[in-house]
This record gives sequence, C-alpha cells and structure tokens, in this order.
Amino acid sequence: MQPVAVNPELDHVPAHHIGDRVIIAMEGVQKWFGDFQVLKDIDLQVRAGERIVVCGPSGSGKSTLIRCINQLEQHQKGRITVDGVELGRDLRTIDTVRREVGMVFQSFNLFPHLTVLGNCMLAPMKVRGASKAEARAIAMKYLERVRIPDQADKYPGQLSGGQQQRVAIARALCMNPKIMLFDEPTSALDPEMVKEVLDTMIGLADDGMTMLCVTHEMGFARSVADRVIFMDRGEIVEQAPPEEFFANPKSERTRNFLGQILPH
Amino acid sequence: MIRPFGYNEFLFILTAAQWTLALSAIAFLGGAIVGLGIALARTSTIKPLRLASTSYIQLFQGTPLLMQLFLVFFGATVLGFDVNPWAAAALGLTLNASAFLGEIWRGCIQAVPKGQWEAAGALGLRYPGRMMYVILPQAAKIALPPTVGFLVQLIKSTSLAAIIGFTELTRAGQIINNATFKPFLVFSIVAAIYFAMCWPLSLLSTYLERRLSAPAR
Repeated sequence: MQPVAVNPELDHVPAHHIGDRVIIAMEGVQKWFGDFQVLKDIDLQVRAGERIVVCGPSGSGKSTLIRCINQLEQHQKGRITVDGVELGRDLRTIDTVRREVGMVFQSFNLFPHLTVLGNCMLAPMKVRGASKAEARAIAMKYLERVRIPDQADKYPGQLSGGQQQRVAIARALCMNPKIMLFDEPTSALDPEMVKEVLDTMIGLADDGMTMLCVTHEMGFARSVADRVIFMDRGEIVEQAPPEEFFANPKSERTRNFLGQILPH
Repeated sequence: MIRPFGYNEFLFILTAAQWTLALSAIAFLGGAIVGLGIALARTSTIKPLRLASTSYIQLFQGTPLLMQLFLVFFGATVLGFDVNPWAAAALGLTLNASAFLGEIWRGCIQAVPKGQWEAAGALGLRYPGRMMYVILPQAAKIALPPTVGFLVQLIKSTSLAAIIGFTELTRAGQIINNATFKPFLVFSIVAAIYFAMCWPLSLLSTYLERRLSAPAR
C-alpha cells in the first residue's frame, strides 16, 4: 500500500472505484437489550470500497449497528456476513472477522500501560504472529501515515485527544483491515482537534478503504460518503447518496433530524 | 523450675520468626496462584465457573480461619492422611489466602474500563491475549496496594498455626513463656517482631496507593 497524502480540505475527494463485491451483508438483523429492541429488522449491504456514514439521534441504534459487524454486540436474529464469513455463535468466526475489521472508538481506548508504538505493535505480534522488527516497521509506517511518528515512544496519557485518536486509527490499520468502523470518532474531542482526525479519515477514504462511520460531522458525510444512512428507533429510515440525502430528504423524521443538527 | 529469660530464649523466639516468614511466603505464593484462577473464574462469562468461584470465596470468607485450619488438620487425619502441622498450616492458609486474593483481584480486573476489553477484542486478540497483554497488566497496577495490604494480614494470620502445633513465632513465644513465666516480656517481644515484619509492608502499601492515585505519568 502506498502512503497517501492526507487531504487538507474537507471538500475534495478524488473519485474512486467501488467494487461490485458485497463485503458486509446484514439480513433481518434484530437485537434487544432486555425488553428494548435496539435493532429492528436491519437489511444492509456494503460493497468493497464503499464509504458509509450512519447518523441519527442518540439511542437510534447506530452504534449498536456497527458494533454488530465485529460482534462487540451480538445480534439475536438475522444474518450478518462479513467478507464471506457468516457470524455465528462460534467464537472462531468472530475472531476471523475481527482480524479483518478495524475499529476506532469514541473514547480512543488506547492501552495506557503501553507506549504508542506498543499499542500499534501488540496485535500484529500477538494476532498475526509478526516478529518484533516486522511489527515495529508496520507500526512506524502507519504512525507516519497519521503523522505522529515522533510520538512513538510516548504513552497515550502524554498525548492530546486528537493525537490519541490518530494513534487509535494507526493501531487499527496495523492489522491491515479490509473494513474500518468508526464509532463517533470525533465526539470526545475538543473542537480544534476534530479536523486533524477527520483529515486522517479522509486520507483513508482516498485510499479506497471500506468505511462505516457513525458521526454527526455532516461536512464529512457530504464530502466523503458514498451513502448516508439515517437511523431512528432501531430502524434504517432512509439511505441515499449525500447530495440527495441533504438536498431532498424523503422522510419527515430525517428532515426533523437534519433541521436540528445542521446550521440554519 | 522457672528459667530466667536470657539471650538464648530471645534467640529461640527470633529464629522461630523464620517459620512465620516461610509460612507467609508459601501461603502467599500458593494463594496468589490459586487466587488468580479464582479471580479469572469470578470474571468469566461461563456461569458455572462464576458460581463455583463465588461459593468458594463465600465459604472461606464466611468461616473463621482457625476453623479452616482445624478442618484441614483434623479432617486430613480423619480421611486417613498423615498430615503434619506444617503442611496443614500451609494448605489451610493457602486456601484462605486464595479466596481473599481472588476477591481483591476480581475487583481490580473489573476496575479496568470495559473499553480496554473491547479494543483488545476488536484487534482480534482472544481471551488469553486480552487478559495477558491488556487487562492483567492494568489490573496488576491497581491491585498492588491492596495486595501488599493483604500480605500484612496474612503474616499476622500465620500466628493461628500455633494452635495446631506448628512452631512459628507465636508458638515459640508460648513455649518460652511456659518456661520463663514472663508473659508480658515474652509477648511484647513477639509482638515487636511481628511489627518489624508488617510495618514496612504497611508503609509500602500506603506509598503504592499514593503513587497510584497520582496523575498517570
């Protein structure tokens, strides 16, 4: 993979090719937390290289949706197939899928007892069986890509929020995933750090990574997404390319939501 | 005949302290090994393991240590094993320590934020890797002060082994007292030796606790 220049502006993303291959397929997925149904009959197909932004009010099930893809949450009904592997109750299928799916969390979740380099080297060594030297080379490659190679020997606690989140992205990339999941990656950041993280994500999108992002950053959705999905009360209410989604929302619920979060 | 209390009597008590230390070390080591298993079972997703480990902890926390030592010592004899007081004390204290350490460490494992577990899982690490490289190192840091604090308790608990006839510090004191009949002097010395062993550990525990609560790095 070539290192890709991180795009400084939000409004330009080069055209890229979305394959015909369906890499994530959800059919009739349902999930309950106790009596509360968080996911109601979700059908979703994501093609390789596609960039999807999932938005919706809090409690709409959008985080749960993407957490089902790597089974941090287990669905109770329906089928989820990721890169040809159907996620069952068997732990091995979950491990197989997790190796190919990177995830970035709202609260970073870096390992505080390991250095930045240690955070990035852990999974390549312990999951992929890379040697220390190989893991180090992989880690440095991706730390350079997120533009913080000089922080490699620091501990997460010594970094700013934006830097921590970029390390978290690098850590996920070190596993060379086919799909990246972002669960509100900028929601815990101070405003001045949002851009550096979004720029990193845009760089990734330019490179053709399959991405699912739960975010309220509508500027990012507009410029990067191939498709925007709006969820409410556990359902996919509407999905459309961003131009159409923002200019011409079909559902009343979508219009209400956009009215609340977009500047007037 | 009453013996005077002299240097030899003092030396007898002091050398018995090594058996207190040896018993403490064995019980702590054994308790740590079994206790880690108990802590992992307590935090397991497998329900029978959780139930079994919870019962184990409640059994040992809910009965006096002295009864546990009696049961091991006399119980083994009833079952036809010839157990000396040394082995009985070591086994009884190990079981007891494992229950307490298991419960302390259970809390420390659960004190590691859930996001750490999820992040390690999302990277493809399985249970052993997640525990070994992500959860336990962080839990160990949290566990250090209470574990050292428990070690102090354990050292003092070994005095109960005197009652089943194991000659450690307290029993040595009893023997010398029976000969010299100077209980106040003898047991003051015994207490001072316990204090000399426990106080540095208490200081260490307090120091570790303070260092832990300080802002990270």
